[in-house]
Amino acid sequence: MSDSAERQLTADVLVIGGGPAGAWAAWSAATNGAKVVLVDKGYLGSSGATAPGGTNLLYLPPDKEMREQAVASRMKQGGYLAEPAWIHRVLDQVYTNLELIEKWGYPFVRDENGTPMRDHLHGPEYMAIMRKVVKRAGVKVLDQSPALELLVDEFGVGGARGVSRQDDLTWEVRANAVVIATGGCAFLSNGLGCNVLTGDGYLMAGEVGVELSGMEFTRKYAPSPAFGSNTRSRLLGWATYYDSDGNEIVGGRQGDFLAEALLKGPVYAIMNKADTPEKQAFLRKSHAIFFLPYDRAGIDVFTEPFPLTLRYEGTVRGTGGIRIVDDDCSTTVGGLFAAGDAATRERITGSASGGGAFNASWAICSGTWAGKGAAAHALSHRQSAATRDLKPAGRYGLGGVASSFENVVPSQELIKEIQDQVLPLTINYFRTEQGLKQALHRLDNVWNRVNSQTPQNVREQVRARETAAMAATARWMYTAALSRKETRSGGLHGLAEYPGQDEEQQHRLLVSGLEEVSVRTEQVPVSGVAVTAVAATSEEVQAG
Amino acid sequence: MIEVVSESRCVSCNQCVSVCPTNVFDRGEDGIPVIARQDDCQTCFMCELYCPVDALYVAPDSEQVIGISEQEAEQQGLLGGYREKVGWGKGRKPVASHDYMYRLSLFARF
Ligand SMILES: Cc1cc2nc3c(=O)[nH]c(=O)nc-3n(C[C@H](O)[C@H](O)[C@H](O)COP(=O)(O)OP(=O)(O)OC[C@H]3O[C@@H](n4cnc5c(N)ncnc54)[C@H](O)[C@@H]3O)c2cc1C
Ligand code: SF4
Ligand code: SF4
Repeated sequence: MSDSAERQLTADVLVIGGGPAGAWAAWSAATNGAKVVLVDKGYLGSSGATAPGGTNLLYLPPDKEMREQAVASRMKQGGYLAEPAWIHRVLDQVYTNLELIEKWGYPFVRDENGTPMRDHLHGPEYMAIMRKVVKRAGVKVLDQSPALELLVDEFGVGGARGVSRQDDLTWEVRANAVVIATGGCAFLSNGLGCNVLTGDGYLMAGEVGVELSGMEFTRKYAPSPAFGSNTRSRLLGWATYYDSDGNEIVGGRQGDFLAEALLKGPVYAIMNKADTPEKQAFLRKSHAIFFLPYDRAGIDVFTEPFPLTLRYEGTVRGTGGIRIVDDDCSTTVGGLFAAGDAATRERITGSASGGGAFNASWAICSGTWAGKGAAAHALSHRQSAATRDLKPAGRYGLGGVASSFENVVPSQELIKEIQDQVLPLTINYFRTEQGLKQALHRLDNVWNRVNSQTPQNVREQVRARETAAMAATARWMYTAALSRKETRSGGLHGLAEYPGQDEEQQHRLLVSGLEEVSVRTEQVPVSGVAVTAVAATSEEVQAG
Repeated sequence: MIEVVSESRCVSCNQCVSVCPTNVFDRGEDGIPVIARQDDCQTCFMCELYCPVDALYVAPDSEQVIGISEQEAEQQGLLGGYREKVGWGKGRKPVASHDYMYRLSLFARF
């Protein structure tokens, strides 16, 4: 990017991303006395994985026994890579914040005893409220303004730069603390609301030397109509499955069933387990977004077969992300915090997926903690970010490096090559050492060309950077996956060669580096002990 | 993908331009937004929800353009259908305040 940005702002805290995690972070930072700017690639209120659908949440009353049970069950599911203290923290915090959402006007339903049912949030409604709350707290919101790179000096991070794509100008926000809340990476697989999620935050963090954790736990696909984007699949519990000859194939939406069936040929579903008009009416009303594509395609899902596919969800309903090292979701780099799907969710989900209630709850809690931590950090800084000697940290996919015209590589070509290694079930679902090694080799080859993209306008500039971010994310994923030579509980990672869970590998894997990717292990911190006090065992593992 | 911007219904509020997460629309010189980057559409239906006058139609197909016209969408009663279902718009009750989800969870055994 050019040396000085056309739009310059200074704040205490910059929040990058306006999904639930970013919205809560911005609200929390502002409530704790900070001057806050929030930038979103799209629009705070409609953008990201939550907005177009909705999420179930963890809403457990503060009953000790109930909570202990929930924690124990999650620890087991998550291959003992989570931490009970963190799960408890989330259960406490989300309970409080859901009460707040109701105060802010969310119309939670009450049961027959008058108890509010705060375990589900309708995406559009929830995020419209969050936009109002964030603005009311005094946060300056820049929509349609993707961040492209962080600003750094020897003290750490001090803001970011990006583009405002509808005004065709560059912006720079200087702030002594930055929260990355850019969501996960779903590799443009057309899942509902997920094409804005290209791992931009991972790359930005990686460029300033932050590690990522849990990137091997990314074997996550969601059923969706083959023609459409709707990856909300809960209602498929009412489906029976058929092959193209109309023969029933027995299985459910969980586990390997769909992936295995799809390898053999097309799979169709009919929701004929909802066999009374009453049930059907219920389902229709509870999940308008689920029925919308079928209704519009003229398919009566209760009686007619519809074709299914699996869409890759990467780290959205996978688990890996930026490593956080303290209760306030800070990272190892000064002034840098991470929240939501941008951060690793291993601390509460271990090796299991956080989809289904944990992720949405995590977005709320980690946002709240990161915002507060960022405010405290920024307000304790003696120097204004405006006068720091900050330099842009972006190195990849920012254009302008191709040495000759012949070297120019279109982003679209690279995206296709990345998707070819990441989306196929045969590579990423049915993981084998050989398959992943070959894929990683090809991804390295893509990586070597990310700086040969030469974007000509704002749209291409954003695409080129997204391409680099996806390539980096994919390499981190597969490097970590090759280093975990086991199949751990939760279903998010396995290697055919190593079908069992190995006690010796009950640790986390941290990846870092862009030119060369390296991996090391970290012991799961003992519950109740401050995370920073536990030294990471840094037994170096060779990548690949 | 986004297929239709109804010129007869559009009131040029540019809400769709603002809210589209993938920046598919451009402001039109005559005030009617233009579908400028249809390829970038992620079929999330958000523009439809935010359009105050039901002037947009997003086809369910996320993989290809189907090429439905405004007249066809109008005739088939497709404009505004989603807003009605989620209870967005004047005088409607948002779906969030219904007890369907709660009753569903009593119903569901998974
Ligand atoms: C179909 C579906 C159903 C789900 N259901 C559930 C559920 O029932 N329960 C549950 O717990 N979880 C569920 N999840 C997961 C949940 O939606 C996510 O965990 C949650 O949305 C994460 O919030 P977030 O704010 O971190 O990310 P997101 O909501 O994805 O938001 C990220 C934001 O960052 C912005 N952004 C990206 N890059 C940049 C950039 N470079 N600059 C500026 N902004 C940027 C994006 O535009 C977006 O607004 C579901 C996910 C999907 C896809
Ligand atoms: S459906 Fe979503 S991505 Fe497509 S134009 Fe509408 S808001 Fe934009
Ligand atoms: S939101 Fe609807 S009325 Fe407003 S500009 Fe878009 S199409 Fe026109």
